[in-house]
Amino acid sequence: MNLFNIIEEIENIDPEVYGKLSQRRDVIKNITSFGSKVAIAALPFAVGTMFKKAYAADSAAPSVVDVLNYALTLEYLESTFYNAGKAKGTALIPADAAAKYFNQVTTDENNHVTFLKGVITSLGGTPVSLPTIDLTGGNNKGNGPFADVLTNYGTFLAVAQVFEDTGVRAYKGQAGFLLKNQTVLTAALSIHAVEARHASAIRQLRGQTPWITSTAALGNDTGVAAVNGNYDGEQNVTQGGVDVTTLKSATASTTSVAVATAAFDEALSSAQVLALLQGTFLVH
Amino acid sequence: MKTESQESMLGANMARRSFLRYAGVGAASVGLLATAACHKDHNNPNPTTNGIDLGAKDDFAILNYAYALEQLEAAFYLQVVLTPYSGISASESALLTDIRDHEVLHREFFKAALGAKAIPALTPDFSSINFSSRTSVLAAAKAFEDTGVTAYDGAGYLIADANYLLIAGKIVSVEARHAALISNLITPGTFAGIDVVDPTNSLNKSATIADVLKIANTYLKTKVSAVNYGYVAS
Repeated sequence: MNLFNIIEEIENIDPEVYGKLSQRRDVIKNITSFGSKVAIAALPFAVGTMFKKAYAADSAAPSVVDVLNYALTLEYLESTFYNAGKAKGTALIPADAAAKYFNQVTTDENNHVTFLKGVITSLGGTPVSLPTIDLTGGNNKGNGPFADVLTNYGTFLAVAQVFEDTGVRAYKGQAGFLLKNQTVLTAALSIHAVEARHASAIRQLRGQTPWITSTAALGNDTGVAAVNGNYDGEQNVTQGGVDVTTLKSATASTTSVAVATAAFDEALSSAQVLALLQGTFLVH
Repeated sequence: MKTESQESMLGANMARRSFLRYAGVGAASVGLLATAACHKDHNNPNPTTNGIDLGAKDDFAILNYAYALEQLEAAFYLQVVLTPYSGISASESALLTDIRDHEVLHREFFKAALGAKAIPALTPDFSSINFSSRTSVLAAAKAFEDTGVTAYDGAGYLIADANYLLIAGKIVSVEARHAALISNLITPGTFAGIDVVDPTNSLNKSATIADVLKIANTYLKTKVSAVNYGYVAS
């Protein structure tokens, strides 16, 4: 999906989009606190509306509460995963890795669940409830591609990495729906950064580069082919219309694909993320 | 055969055309274009301020803010790789070289994308850093990365165009990956420490433009101000 083309497409469908947007932008500017229920109720988010028009197949543009409930669903998955791993103790996670890494990550994901529930409630929304989760990716059969996720530390680490890297992509994909919303966007970006810190740390534990280093042909650098979809798009090298491999690097007049892909993380839409998770980790 | 400078000028020109085209069709379209048409050039530093100012309160100011920070980071890691600290391991050297390459690309990207709107090249002042000391270099790297993350997180809401916000998002998570690595190199397991992540809700801290520039300017000979965001370099 090329986000930069969307607005052009909208222009074709709705030549008056600019005029409509300017009114909506005034509404958005006034939404700066969680407590502003009146403003929230009046939320015709410009970007969300634009996406709705551009992608008529998407039935509804997300509200702020929709975005937060989507984030909560992902945090439920992560917190369930880490809590289950922690419950296995040293039978699964070496004591040193637990002390230095997984206790911190587990606490953070549980905190994110609590935080998002609180924010959703304060906005007058209802937090979604905990979904049915199959950590093997087997859609409740318990024998998915990661059947030994809670008995094999290597598998546990691989799934952790995929969840964190995918989480980073998922939050990034929602930022545009929170445009100019100081409180909610800042909070979402702040969770996004923590997920990226986790992703970096877990990739280090797995002996990988802390950043996603793709090739021109394949976004996925995890060595686990089953998760190619979670990394698809990370091989992109065009940013803001600029092919960044044509830009000079520290030592040459161009930049390698490895550097170009690692220097920019890519977003996933909620539809893309849910297509990856529903029917596998999220029982459907 | 074209010279290298001709090629890079052509490249920059193409990039700028693309950038302006997106600005023209972006969410802020008409207003942004009108603003751009009469916008004071960013590369004419306001003589009443000490150094460079980010200029009018718009997306270009925020993109230049990011460009200033990326310039600083790139200059720092270029020096780190050029004069490695004593006792550097092969693995640390490889990781710091990767980070150098990311920061140089971020810098070059903003330069190309901003075109004539870009602030000029900033002159760093790294006199407070001992590049032969691992402790000094990693402490400075941590300061740069953590500050970068809080800067992007804190300025995201000021961006009016979703396309620019997305690009900022693509970069900030890479900065957070760097930050976590550098912290772990200093002390394993501090990738999300309480100095950078609020332990009560596990949100990364965020910072205002004023707070960030105050720190950045301690590493800059060319001081950066943001008059329209309430900060003038002293």
